[in-house]
Amino acid sequence: MTISDADQAWLSAVVANHGRHATRLLQILRDVQDHFRHIPRPVMQLLAEQLGVPLAQVQGVTEFYSFLSTQPQGRYHLQLSDSISDHMLGSRALGTYLCDKLGVADGETRADGRVSFAYTSCSGLCDQGPAGLVNGWWLPKLDRSRIDRISALVEADVPLSQWPQDLFSARDNVRRPGLLLSNPVASGSALKWSLMRGLASTLDEVDKSGLRGRGGAGFQTSWKWRFCFEGPEETAVCPVEKGERMERYVVCNADEGEPGTFKDRVLLNSHAHQVFEGMTLCAGIVGAKQGFLYLRGEYLALRAKLEAVLAERRRLNLLGVGILGREGFDFDIEIHMGAGAYICGEESALIESLEGKRGTPRNRPPYPVTHGYLGRPTVVNNVETFVAAAAIALKGGVWFASHGTEKSKGSKILSICGDCARPGIYEYDFGVSIAQILKDCGAANTFGVQVGGPSGVFIGEQEFERRLGFEDLATGGSFMIFDKTRDVLEIVRNFTHFFAHESCGFCTPCRVGTSLLRNAMDKLCAGHGAAGDLVEIGNLGQFVRAASHCGLGQTAANPLLATLERFPELYQSRLKSISFEPGFDLDGELSTARRMTGRDDAHAHLEQESV
Amino acid sequence: MNIRNTITIDGTPVPFQDGDTIMDAATRAGIYIPHLCHNPEFKPHGSCKLCTVNVNGRNCSACTFPAADGQQVLNSTEELNATRRTITQMLFVEGNHFCPSCEKSGNCQLQGVAYFLNMLDPHFPLFYPERETDSSHPDILLDRDRCILCELCVRASREIDGKNVFGLSGRGIHTHLVVNADSGLLKDTDLTPADKAAQVCPVGAIIVKRHGFETPIGARQFDQQNVSEWSLSWEPAAMGDEHG
Repeated sequence: MTISDADQAWLSAVVANHGRHATRLLQILRDVQDHFRHIPRPVMQLLAEQLGVPLAQVQGVTEFYSFLSTQPQGRYHLQLSDSISDHMLGSRALGTYLCDKLGVADGETRADGRVSFAYTSCSGLCDQGPAGLVNGWWLPKLDRSRIDRISALVEADVPLSQWPQDLFSARDNVRRPGLLLSNPVASGSALKWSLMRGLASTLDEVDKSGLRGRGGAGFQTSWKWRFCFEGPEETAVCPVEKGERMERYVVCNADEGEPGTFKDRVLLNSHAHQVFEGMTLCAGIVGAKQGFLYLRGEYLALRAKLEAVLAERRRLNLLGVGILGREGFDFDIEIHMGAGAYICGEESALIESLEGKRGTPRNRPPYPVTHGYLGRPTVVNNVETFVAAAAIALKGGVWFASHGTEKSKGSKILSICGDCARPGIYEYDFGVSIAQILKDCGAANTFGVQVGGPSGVFIGEQEFERRLGFEDLATGGSFMIFDKTRDVLEIVRNFTHFFAHESCGFCTPCRVGTSLLRNAMDKLCAGHGAAGDLVEIGNLGQFVRAASHCGLGQTAANPLLATLERFPELYQSRLKSISFEPGFDLDGELSTARRMTGRDDAHAHLEQESV
Repeated sequence: MNIRNTITIDGTPVPFQDGDTIMDAATRAGIYIPHLCHNPEFKPHGSCKLCTVNVNGRNCSACTFPAADGQQVLNSTEELNATRRTITQMLFVEGNHFCPSCEKSGNCQLQGVAYFLNMLDPHFPLFYPERETDSSHPDILLDRDRCILCELCVRASREIDGKNVFGLSGRGIHTHLVVNADSGLLKDTDLTPADKAAQVCPVGAIIVKRHGFETPIGARQFDQQNVSEWSLSWEPAAMGDEHG
């Protein structure tokens, strides 16, 4: 492929628009993907030249992110979410229907180049699945009739901008507003109040509130902000410079990739001012001039709206130079888009991605709070954390701390999906029991709940009196409900596929271990498992948990280990009644020969012999 | 014994200098911690995880974790060596490693570590991945079947040779080594056999051509001494030579 003069000019303009900064590489590649429907090799070469980075780096970044492709995708690129909640709503059958209808195969582009199809990780619409994406735009509540409509639009070559809006419109589904959602902060009010009272006293309020990070790990927010303000130790030895000249950054982690989580989608859709207000307060406190919202690629539909909110805040002098007339209080926020990589929710991988690189988690220490974006002190907080901080700045730490439990102050916003009558957003004070939540959302005949998404924990019926909070069940907000008709092994298999797909590949235990776990679950579910396999898979799970570099690998075996411990009989019932089953699949090994000879008759198959 | 700047490794007090990692302190003290992606001539990387040690109850990579006063480090324990053996087995099964026909056999650190850890079989099902071999360069062979993704060639080319010949691409189990040329082939780079990047590979992925079997099997590096003796024979002196 050669690049036309017009396309070269287009590319140069894009690169110039992005200030020729290598940190913008991923953002530029997203534009290129949109324009060419893939990343052509000659474009990689041009980008390498214009940004002054090695070609291998451009290729390395391109091939890291799922939403970037080196092979041309269709002008309509359709994706279906492969989250377990979408599976349970029939997404796989729908995918087959769609492929048949459009004459396209999974993972491929139709010969005429018009349409391509692929499954993708959770698209953040689990409360209105089965969900998909077309060229990155949401397609909620898919069913056969919608697929028919979409197919007709594709075949008639109707531009996306002219598709009926009802195909795209996602709902908030807020079912139970609590402490934060019932008390929204009016734009600017928390900032005004904080400036009047003094930003230092706002930090005291955040401290008093006991607020801990809402992404799941639960680090004390006030400490994080204070460490960022204080900066790295090496600058502490020269107190004159301390805190003065060093750039600082505030980053909002909106890479909400944990399957089953969608609360940040709702917060960004309906409470964006409050998110940005929280970021601006943080910036004022730590002395940051620049902020970033790292928005996952699946949330493209929110982008324009968020840009408009940012523009409005600039107009209201809530962002920009001299915020609210305070000299020296300068801060602005840029939106960076992700491109299909769950690992970028890990804060150091997110920072790498912000710098335009592959999303590989860094070695720690040093931590991002002192050595983050471009090596500078950086606060990375969850969307919900900033929302809470803004409310705390206005209403005070005591107000917040009077809710929740001793070690888990305030409330938690949950994304509930799966087998229940009313999936959606529920906000509870910490300390609420699982049974209460199940009752409120209309869950019946419940077998178990995956609390905190695939990286969290699976609990069964006997544990429904357990409570949400850092003392017992910590969660980033995903709450997936499974009733007694569901197959636990299939659920676990779905999760192991997810982690194997999303492993970044940096460290050996996770890179290889997640693939081994996936293969082992496939074997069990296919009915080829033996008793030895259960011992093996348990050991492997423990190993991946203990030896991996970051949270992804350390939690990837959680669903497996949790269910193996709680429901060993379910695993045993799937085993063959022999003590040994070879890892070698005799019939499977013949598949290449069958493909090459074009045979699929009975004589071209071999029965696996039992020992 | 001066308590300041001292850690213990398997109960033995080991002094360390400011800025040392646990690996640095151990190497200086003549204690071997198994490793593959670590090389004292380069900045710590921390990806292979073979140097996993237990520090005050938590697993850490010795090559990246800073030494600090009073740390109690476990290194040569049954459990940690089992973990390292599993990691080594994983490195074997994810690639295509056929020691008997490999020119690097006897000089290969992956093989050396496997012997050291008493790895007797691959344990896991082999992946048999399809990986491209690049024999386009007149003097250097790139056999990706043997690559363990340690990035030493990437780092050497960038930090020492100043050439950026290599990079990593792909994700997860599909991560692979790529060559920084329009064609993606080694022949179109300025890599030479004298480059650090052509010499630093711990396995047989990057091999200088026409030097095969100059040293006969039986007289090679790890036929003479095991990987721990070999590491400690040169790594302490190479420390402080760190590039980048």
